[in-house]
Amino acid sequence: MKFTMLYSDGLLFVLIAAIFWMIKTIRTNPQTAKKWRYVFQTRVGCGSFIIIAFYLLIAILDSIHYRQALVQAPASPVSTEIHYSSEVKSVLDFILTDVKANVETTYSAPFALYSFAKENQTDSQGRVYRDYARLKYAGSHIVDPTNQTNDILVRSAIALGQGLIISLLVVGLINFLLKRKLNQTTSYLPLVTIYCTLSLLIVLNTWAIQLGGVYHIFGTDKVGTDVFYQAVKAIRTGVLIGTLATILTLPLAIGLGISAGYFKGLVDDVVQYVYTTLNSIPGILLIAASILLIDVYIETHQADFNLTIERADFKFLSLCLILGLTSWTGLCRLLRAETLKISQLDYVQAAHAFGVPHRKVIGRHILPNVTHIILIALVLDFSAFVLAESVLSYIGVGVDASMNSWGNMINAARSELSRDPTVWWSVTAAFSLMFVLVLAANLFADEVRDAFDPRIVKAGIFGIKRKQAQEI
Amino acid sequence: MFTYILRRILYSLPILLGVNVLTFALFFLVNSPDQMAQVQLGGKHISAEAVTQWKVERGYDKPLFINNDPDSDGLLTDTVFFEKSLKLFVFDFGKSDEGRVIAQDISQRMWPSLAVQIPTFIIGIIVNISFALIVVMFRASLFEVGAMIFCIVVFSISAVFYIIGGQFMFGKLWHLVPVSGYLHGIEAVKFLILPVIIGVLSGIGGGTRLYRAIFTEEINRDYVRTARAKGVSELSVLFKHLLPNAMIPILTGIVVVIPTLFMGSLLMESFFGIPGLGSYTLDAIQAQDFAVVRSMVFIGSVLYIIGLILTDISYTLVDPRVRLSS
Repeated sequence: MKFTMLYSDGLLFVLIAAIFWMIKTIRTNPQTAKKWRYVFQTRVGCGSFIIIAFYLLIAILDSIHYRQALVQAPASPVSTEIHYSSEVKSVLDFILTDVKANVETTYSAPFALYSFAKENQTDSQGRVYRDYARLKYAGSHIVDPTNQTNDILVRSAIALGQGLIISLLVVGLINFLLKRKLNQTTSYLPLVTIYCTLSLLIVLNTWAIQLGGVYHIFGTDKVGTDVFYQAVKAIRTGVLIGTLATILTLPLAIGLGISAGYFKGLVDDVVQYVYTTLNSIPGILLIAASILLIDVYIETHQADFNLTIERADFKFLSLCLILGLTSWTGLCRLLRAETLKISQLDYVQAAHAFGVPHRKVIGRHILPNVTHIILIALVLDFSAFVLAESVLSYIGVGVDASMNSWGNMINAARSELSRDPTVWWSVTAAFSLMFVLVLAANLFADEVRDAFDPRIVKAGIFGIKRKQAQEI
Repeated sequence: MFTYILRRILYSLPILLGVNVLTFALFFLVNSPDQMAQVQLGGKHISAEAVTQWKVERGYDKPLFINNDPDSDGLLTDTVFFEKSLKLFVFDFGKSDEGRVIAQDISQRMWPSLAVQIPTFIIGIIVNISFALIVVMFRASLFEVGAMIFCIVVFSISAVFYIIGGQFMFGKLWHLVPVSGYLHGIEAVKFLILPVIIGVLSGIGGGTRLYRAIFTEEINRDYVRTARAKGVSELSVLFKHLLPNAMIPILTGIVVVIPTLFMGSLLMESFFGIPGLGSYTLDAIQAQDFAVVRSMVFIGSVLYIIGLILTDISYTLVDPRVRLSS
């Protein structure tokens, strides 16, 4: 076995390291820590955070890639060199090995025992007839098809029991750890919500793993691949596009926005010119044009990409970069306006009078006072990019077709929905997984904005409840 | 006022030039005409003659910026940059890579686009603002919580889902409207109902949240309290006092969009088979017809700049305090 690191994997791990570093610095700053506590003391904030963290966990599992060593054929001359399979697998693939391996021939509905289309079959006397064929893997243990409902119920009940036991253990462990720590620091957490969300996730997962091994819980697609497997694999694409593209908007937005507002004059004019120009180009056209260029580049430099997955990864990273480079203007404008305001304030003037260098004024006085704007834009952009991926893939300028993504699944659904009977499961699976992530991100963004934006009195959906809590 | 507008128009010229140079760089410097020809003709094994012929037919065989050839018509004018990029300034779009006249295509395809976009836009704004005002009217109640949950859910669903779901339910299951297609004239209405409904519905979440934020900021102002103290009814406070005062932030978001309605909607038009400018652009992207994409980028930028100027003018109409200084 050999670990393989794709560029996007590396970036994801750098990002996670950065998040941990941020948490560490936030803990030392009482003011920011207080605001974050404000986010996490709401039930919505905590619940949505756990769901986002769960998606992130799957993305991480799917980002640890390795290539398996090939078994040497006994007849071949003995050599010490080990050859590796050209198929790059991830830890998630390992967990879902059963689900991945159960490839049928074509479409089949969720929990179906028979295939979607009639096939030629031979009966015991050698005659050929056309009928719905039994699926090769799904429910192969069932002898009598009428018993299927019973089987599903029994397995669901077992999964539920297992899930509850596991979640009890997890909840107990967390409770034990939290109680041992200082009571004061954790008492603000809405523990019931945390435990409920965790248990729900664990039960759902055990259920999916239990039944996913013997049935296709979301059906299969055109070439018989399990849709559940595809939708779960697409999580990595969605999460990565959201995080990477968002992070890539930051350097330009922060650098140009703050320097325009701080230095004014010529710098301001140039920055304003650049972002008005970029803004005036219809965003989707700019993205499409850039992706077409990347396509041409990949086509002319095929030798640089050994594996399909490497090519897909390159295109994926370019897409993130392009999304980042075309979407920084909004945040840049906000930062410029805020910096203009702040640089007029007395303490900045005082710093100037004391002869503090610009670098330090920006770092000490300006940047800390605009972090709330950056943070709010960060969480809001995330969900926007996840949604944008589906639209871009539909237009044909999204991620590589060989990559699992919700956009590609939805794109395929256009022809599937016009079939009769309708193939609805693929698109449903993609939409529901995407919806949960985007909804959680939006709810979390709302809470973050509530806590960090000084102007907003109460705008979150549960703003009223919090106000009461504050009064108590 | 007139001098102000004139100055703004002059100021927009460098921006348009920037757009022009940027698209030119994207389409010609990064991606040479040779590569374009290869992609257009398909495959890698294409004779050099075919590539040259393709380039000559479309005028891509000229030098990029400076023509040093003494026989040419001009040092700077007989170049790709002048022919393909600068001529856009006088709205001379030339021909698409397939040989069709772009200006003619645009004038034909703009009407279906406008027929979808204008109703969606107007109905959308009315629905969003009224809904936001109702939410503000019942503020700090369970209704508000419910409405905001509804908004955030609607806001979190991909636009593609509304289209696919709407087509499936209204078109396939209930057979109320045709799934897709378009007819010119009055018969277009039955093809337009579904796109308009879906367009309005998918915008409700984001729109209402935005307007509600604007209104909640206004509702604590003194003039609102004064109006209430005078005994003005709550409805009257909202629509007669609050709405006009909240007009400036509302207009900032709305007016800039109006000219760009002309561009059509990429998603709507391609899903519903409406022969507008959105699907025109999308087809061009998919067929890699860069001449069309370039023209649409330029038109889009011009419309955006017109929107910015219109926004400034509209401020003077709703707020007597704003004067456009020249």
